[in-house]
Amino acid sequence: MHIAEGYLPPIQAAAWFAVSAPFVVHGSRALVQQVRRDPESKLLLGAAGAFTFVLSALKIPSVTGSCSHPTGTGLGAVLFRPPVMSVLGGIVLLFQAVLLAHGGLSTLGANIFSMAIVGPWVAYAVYALIRRLGGGLDAAVFAAAALGDLATYCVTSAQLALAFPDPATGFVGALVKFGGIFAVTQIPLAVSEGLLSVLVVRLLTRVSGDELRRLGVLRTPAVQA
Amino acid sequence: MRRFSRTNLLLLLAVVLLAVAPVALGLGSGDEPFAGADALAEQAIVDSHPDYEPWFSPIYEPPSGEVESALFALQAALGAGFLGYYFGVARTRRRYRAAEQPHE
Repeated sequence: MHIAEGYLPPIQAAAWFAVSAPFVVHGSRALVQQVRRDPESKLLLGAAGAFTFVLSALKIPSVTGSCSHPTGTGLGAVLFRPPVMSVLGGIVLLFQAVLLAHGGLSTLGANIFSMAIVGPWVAYAVYALIRRLGGGLDAAVFAAAALGDLATYCVTSAQLALAFPDPATGFVGALVKFGGIFAVTQIPLAVSEGLLSVLVVRLLTRVSGDELRRLGVLRTPAVQA
Repeated sequence: MRRFSRTNLLLLLAVVLLAVAPVALGLGSGDEPFAGADALAEQAIVDSHPDYEPWFSPIYEPPSGEVESALFALQAALGAGFLGYYFGVARTRRRYRAAEQPHE
């Protein structure tokens, strides 16, 4: 989902920065508040960031015969709400743009919008909906992480289709083309991300029940051993 | 406890299968099977818009594919290392808490 350096016309690149900036500013405030309100959650915040760090570094083969990588932002969005992830995801994208020439500084605004804003918000919305409908934690986390991942790649496809409409078939044709490259490839990876997020939440439930209760993810009272 | 671990292992196994299956089934095609989707998108742009000139280039580019993969490995290692540290701390903390509060 990384739009390469220089591969968005300057005006669109700037526009995506303008769209993303308020989310990141608001997210930074949310992050500071979270740490102030619950200093003990700092370590878990780091773990949520670390999860994105690992997953976005793993390029995995997919059924379309190409490789792509998960985003890992759904887990943090479920634990800490989406605004926090706009900052953590942004840090990952900045690291990759500066050190790996993966993505870019000129396209950072657009890439933050897809991976660190839309992905986490979709994930959180799916999670909240399934929980409200009485779904279990595992099912909610799986659907949240998988659909958040997929949403990120759909946004990237749309961003590229806007910037480079097909000469013959226009925006729609380009959307289908980029969707074929990104979104279809991403389906099995989205499933993988969902499964890995469920795995981490299961382990967290085991060792960090109190933290999850404070965050409102676990609702059952602590079991007295 | 046993069921908990078994489910976790099955989850991991499913992820490994999902990643290995496309390669094992030989689904890769073209000049470079299993190329990155990002690179394919870049190529698609060059194909449909040959006049487009990227107006900004990376300020730093890893000098070779080896250095690039080293940096990717570093990124994954940092993340995985911290996750491992977190679970180590959380487990130990839980054990001490359990030891402090013996059940009535």
